[in-house]
Amino acid sequence: MKTLISALALTTALTSALSAPALARPVTLTTNLTKYGGRGAYLALYVTNAKGAYVGSVWMAGGKSKYYKHLRDWKRASGGSRSQVNGITGASVGAGRQLKITIDLADALFDAGYNLRIDAAVENFRDSPSEVVVPLTTKGAGKPVSGRRYIHDFTYDM
Amino acid sequence: MLRIFHKFPGLIAAALIIVTTLSGAALSVLPAWEVTQVPRQPEAAMNVAELAQRVVAVYPGVEQLRRSPSGRITVFYFDNGQPGSVVIDPATGAGVTAFEPSPARRWLTSLHRSLFLGDFGRWSVAAGAASLLVLSISGLMLTARRVGGWRRFFSRLRGPLAGRLHVEVARICVAGLLLSATTALFMTASTFGIIPEGATPDFPQEVSGETGANPGSMPLLRETNVNALRELTFPYPDDPTDVFTLSTNTGEGYLDQGNGTVLAWIDSGPVQRFTETIYMLHTGQGLATLGLVLGLMALGAPFMAITGVIIWAGHRRARPRIKGNVAAGQAETIVLVGSEVGSTWGFAATLHGALKLAGHKVHIGAMSQFAPARYKQAKRIILLAATHGDGAAPASAKGFLDRLEALPKAPDIPMAILGFGDRQFPDFCAYANDVARSAEQKGWSHLLPMATVDRQSPQEFARWGRDLGTALALNLELSHSPAMPRCRALTLISRRDYGAEMQAPAAILRFAVPKSGFFARLTGRGMGRFASGDLLGIVPQGSSVPRFYSLASGRRDGFVEICVKRHPGGLCSGQLLDLEPGETVQGFVRKNPDFRPASNRKPVILIGAGTGIGPLAGFARANQAGRPMHLYFGTRHPDSDLFYGEELQDWQAAGRLASVTTAFSRSGARSYVQDALRADAALIAGLIGEGAQVLVCGGREMAAAVTDAMADIMTPTGLTPALLKAKGSYVEDTY
Repeated sequence: MKTLISALALTTALTSALSAPALARPVTLTTNLTKYGGRGAYLALYVTNAKGAYVGSVWMAGGKSKYYKHLRDWKRASGGSRSQVNGITGASVGAGRQLKITIDLADALFDAGYNLRIDAAVENFRDSPSEVVVPLTTKGAGKPVSGRRYIHDFTYDM
Repeated sequence: MLRIFHKFPGLIAAALIIVTTLSGAALSVLPAWEVTQVPRQPEAAMNVAELAQRVVAVYPGVEQLRRSPSGRITVFYFDNGQPGSVVIDPATGAGVTAFEPSPARRWLTSLHRSLFLGDFGRWSVAAGAASLLVLSISGLMLTARRVGGWRRFFSRLRGPLAGRLHVEVARICVAGLLLSATTALFMTASTFGIIPEGATPDFPQEVSGETGANPGSMPLLRETNVNALRELTFPYPDDPTDVFTLSTNTGEGYLDQGNGTVLAWIDSGPVQRFTETIYMLHTGQGLATLGLVLGLMALGAPFMAITGVIIWAGHRRARPRIKGNVAAGQAETIVLVGSEVGSTWGFAATLHGALKLAGHKVHIGAMSQFAPARYKQAKRIILLAATHGDGAAPASAKGFLDRLEALPKAPDIPMAILGFGDRQFPDFCAYANDVARSAEQKGWSHLLPMATVDRQSPQEFARWGRDLGTALALNLELSHSPAMPRCRALTLISRRDYGAEMQAPAAILRFAVPKSGFFARLTGRGMGRFASGDLLGIVPQGSSVPRFYSLASGRRDGFVEICVKRHPGGLCSGQLLDLEPGETVQGFVRKNPDFRPASNRKPVILIGAGTGIGPLAGFARANQAGRPMHLYFGTRHPDSDLFYGEELQDWQAAGRLASVTTAFSRSGARSYVQDALRADAALIAGLIGEGAQVLVCGGREMAAAVTDAMADIMTPTGLTPALLKAKGSYVEDTY
């Protein structure tokens, strides 16, 4: 039941406005990783509201669900099950590489206090939950934000 | 059938297995290395609370505390917004070295797990592990078959060098390889989710909301020993809803950051513990010594892959190409071959050639392809059936007996069967006997009775060929030269000449052992192991047929020695006796394993005449253990052909020969060796009663006379030469 509600919330939030006809725009999320000297990093990109409550997942880089528990804040917020990222999963991202995805995000998510968070984890290295936390604003588009440990910079372009 | 399960996985997966086992062996060193790099192991009684307290004192911004199976404790922390990671000394909590996972380890692990190819690579490596498992099991069964049973699994091996080394290494390494391959397959199942993951507790929704509890006083932390710790994660400093996460080898749970109570806990289930044990057994993490042992055993696999390929190539070479093979439907003579390693095909090729020369249309095929309905023009069927191991059907004859059984009645075409075997194994020609029996029961008419060929003897094959020729009203000369033996150049070092006065020139010829590198010996190009009693095959110039001489020395003596008499008109003996030191002949070794003293302490009676003393002298020379050997030697005259005259006295003095009795036929006494035997009848009968072995070397007539004499001598003991021959304790080497 909780999963269904989360899935609905995801669909609602990301592809249709709360009270207006569906207005969404394609947003490009570019994540550059540092050369941290380890294996491919697992990244979870997800959206929370101003209070920190989970809204939905945007992308999961990394295919083996047994490692998802290392993305601690994502797990804590979303419950951590694989169904949260059905259809939006890709390969883990190697050190020094770039993850670039373009998705449709609802206009209602911008300038309304929502945050985009990225959790990162690397095998045999530290877990880095909430590596990047950026508010989703039209003014913040295109401005790179640096991460705590593994992410060199993250930018969202509209 | 079993061989197929060994040959194909071995050939196909050889490269993959070599890469995986070599990288695995390299990785196996790391757990032990890591243990030596640990700054200090914590005191046995230390608990997690104390450790956490010490760490917090040094690193107030600590985020995570991790203990690896080697005992190394790593702290991940933030200092003024900068992340850091150190390996600490648990006694003080202070960092000793910065934590830097080695890129070499990462590279090796990536290669070992997945050949750098992601999930596809993982599946390939898993397929390699499965092949290794099949290879290990089939290899074990093949070895048991080869040595004649599981009880003799660790017995001494015979055969060419590559095969011996392959099995020797296998016997040492197979246990480790089986364990590593099996654990690897389980790990693959776990990685791909086939084995389910354990459950982790849900994040607690309600916390006390307080902060700042001292981990040093939390009850669960105080109860947990440091050596059980896996990971302790600290809460965010400014988030009252965050919790401590504790992961130990018994389970995982959350602790409140305000009052230290346990908010949620799940014990690790049996599946999880099983998976972790598998991981430990494969990587050696936490069992560093086992890891090293497994790594050493893994090094055997590349060696076996290479020797395996060499063995396979050797077998392929042994099977000749048959030119002009007529189709089954048109041939008038059908030759069907049951061969295990291919040598019987060589005989079939010789038969094919001779029959073709006589104008026959011949088809050669495998016995497993037996289909009498197709042989429309055939007038005869000839079966050449080898036996392998414990009398089972050889590879190319699988299903023949079933097909024969399934026929409604025996084929009209008459058949002849020739069995190939090795008398040193029990059940000599057992398979051929089975076929003959089945044919008899079916009422299948035969051209001539079943014959056998022992140890691929060309003479026995030629004899059978003459019998077959008589049955077919043909003149059939089967001169088979086995394709296998490679000749080496033997250089004469020295010669001792005898017999010039009696117009019976003879000599003891000593050759140097040809040297060859290890790889040459491995691929069958070396001389091989040889000992006194084996045969030296000399290929004289101008002939392709080798002549055989009994070896009077072994590899351990450091030279190749034979005793040769010149035969009038003899090509080979003439060339040998014309050799000067420094000149060479082409030769090879053919094993004769029955003709040598058994490996026990029982007395040996050595009986020889003329050049037959060669191998007997070799036995005496090698008798450093001093077991009682009694030599009876007959020759013509002490002045002209007392071979090894000088050494015989020395060996007797040194205890290598217990007694030496000579008989001279052209001197005053005019006695033969059988007379000398009769003179010592009581002693010999006594030795036979003790279980002595009798080795006779010389001409056929002499051997027959000796047998008669021994029969008389042995009557008081109730034994006969025939009985001892059947037991293998009376062996003759005659020419």
